[in-house]
Amino acid sequence: MTTLSHDSKLANPDNTVDVPGERAALVLNMDKFSQVTATVCRVNEADRAPTAWYIAFALAVSLLSVLGICIGYLFATGVGVWGLNNPVMWAYDITNFVFWVGIGHAGTLISAILFLFRQKWRTGINRFAEAMTIFAVICAGTFPGIHVGRVWFAYWLFPIPNQMEMWPQFRSPLLWDVFAVSTYFTVSLLFWYTGMVPDLATLRDRAKGKLQQLGYGLFSLGWRGSNRHWHRYERAYLLLAALSTPLVLSVHSVVSFDFATSQLPGWHTTIFPPYFVAGAIFSGFAMVVTLAVPARELFGLKDLITLRHLDNMNKIILVTGCMVGYAYSIEFFIAWYSGARYEKFAFMNRAFGQYWWAYLIMVSCNVITPQLFWFKKIRTSIPIMFVLSIVVNVGMWFERFVIIVSSLANDFLPSSWDLFVPTWVDIGTMVGAFGLFFTLFLLFCRYLPMIAMAEVKAVMPQADPHGAGAGKHGKH
Amino acid sequence: MATPVTNTPEQTHAPSSARLYGMIAEFETPGDLLHAAEKVRDEGYRWWDCHTPFAVHGLDGAMGIKRTWLPVCVFIAGATGTTAAFLLQAFTNSWSFSVWAGVWVTGYPFQVSGKPAMSLPAFIPVIFELTILFSALACVFLMFLFNGLPRHYHPLFKSARFRRATNDRFFISIEAKDPKFLPKKTEEFLRSLNPVAVEAVED
Repeated sequence: MTTLSHDSKLANPDNTVDVPGERAALVLNMDKFSQVTATVCRVNEADRAPTAWYIAFALAVSLLSVLGICIGYLFATGVGVWGLNNPVMWAYDITNFVFWVGIGHAGTLISAILFLFRQKWRTGINRFAEAMTIFAVICAGTFPGIHVGRVWFAYWLFPIPNQMEMWPQFRSPLLWDVFAVSTYFTVSLLFWYTGMVPDLATLRDRAKGKLQQLGYGLFSLGWRGSNRHWHRYERAYLLLAALSTPLVLSVHSVVSFDFATSQLPGWHTTIFPPYFVAGAIFSGFAMVVTLAVPARELFGLKDLITLRHLDNMNKIILVTGCMVGYAYSIEFFIAWYSGARYEKFAFMNRAFGQYWWAYLIMVSCNVITPQLFWFKKIRTSIPIMFVLSIVVNVGMWFERFVIIVSSLANDFLPSSWDLFVPTWVDIGTMVGAFGLFFTLFLLFCRYLPMIAMAEVKAVMPQADPHGAGAGKHGKH
Repeated sequence: MATPVTNTPEQTHAPSSARLYGMIAEFETPGDLLHAAEKVRDEGYRWWDCHTPFAVHGLDGAMGIKRTWLPVCVFIAGATGTTAAFLLQAFTNSWSFSVWAGVWVTGYPFQVSGKPAMSLPAFIPVIFELTILFSALACVFLMFLFNGLPRHYHPLFKSARFRRATNDRFFISIEAKDPKFLPKKTEEFLRSLNPVAVEAVED
């Protein structure tokens, strides 16, 4: 019944080639909406997950228990179990915090900024990138929560009326952070859930078991695809995208204020907000690639998360990697140009001091290796991009470590200098956070629609009522 | 007649005491739906709707839906957030009077980091964040509220055919409460739109 004006593309599975005058296909080997539904829902409806899922889940839960043990030990004993010392009062905790908040940024970028720019390829990856955002922010939020020492006073972070008539100090960037990260989490969750409601309705309408009917039925809120609803829904979605765009740029800017508003050489720089945001998007996209590559393989989503999607993400990694490299060099230039002794020392010390090895890892992983993405062969090679995406995140973790620890360890007064050495609790907490992240992510893959079906269908040529979807009445 | 099917767990209706909810027509493509919707609109029906697996481009115009007031409401919520955030910070960090907020609370101005008690630039990040937070919460909750959701029971869920509205088919529903609705006539009218199928749905 449906006339396909894009038939030629179905024959050619390589959608990374741009044909002038034609839009590259974003959905391969499918010309019916029901095929999209079936492909995505199969993951959730299968009686058994793929064996690899069980193995990954077991591994993730083991790491999660390591996190639990480390945090339990920390609470019972105190922050002395970490390798902190007098000048280095922030180390792995804040490194992990900044790392995880950064990871989250790609999800919001994909769901909000690419939406405003009408980048239709976002539809294949936005759902699980947003899920990644939420889980990454959960991991991030853990660290400031546990690093305060007396965790039972963590509620002091919020302006709650109390018998001591004590209030938070709103002129401090640390408090801005509380508001920025909690707003970011709330808005990301709303955005993710709102986007998921029509897809949960799809799962509800297909559900066979009582439990699935109840669960998906409850959370799909009785969505019935009404166009009067879609009208307000689309408006709300656009507004959320418009609200999330400045929000995501503000979050890592506020995180960078934690450092930039202090007097410490190596932290006190005006380039920090844009530099942190670029780094966040860089690491976040790398994490999306790290997750997308095995997920599309494992759950048979290669026709929806196509090579073109991965190619596009690798291009963004390349661009943001160059921005990060530019920021690294400008930092050095300004340190020299400022003529400030301490500033000059901080940067020479960063590259050639006691943490030279961390600096070397950071530069080689973040600036040098991503340059390989200039080559299309590499951008479209699954194994190479998988390895490179992990390399980027190793580099980005070290970037935060270098900024935080090398600046603190050697401040103004040489007599107060000290070296930070992590303890097993530091390392266990860092590794354990990955357990938390992957446990949540694997549960999401199994039980929630991993791809925004409604949005993918809407960008198929068959969805155009005046084009391939015109039907038997022909074109207008 | 639609076969009553258990579709949502909340549904416990007995089919015997049924009365007509309306009529649905099924279409295969968004293009067919769009043309049909234009005709339903021109016929003068008011209590009717389209049901699609995704937002079909141009359908709002074809149905004659008026633009929603949602953005205005979101703006008001955002402005409330801005004001609330300013007052919160000014009250807690700059002023020293008491107000009743469940309990009596008092502001506590104190000098720190050399900033004045009323330091507007330092208040801007929190003002910004709360503006976004209030707007986003209002946006999502008002959208669902205006849509009459959550509503876990709906007569349309009784139709097994209608389940494809969230998968790959496009529907028009005309409710029996529409002043122009006459079972025979409406059914004939819907059939004239060349649907795949027409079905009556009971409440």
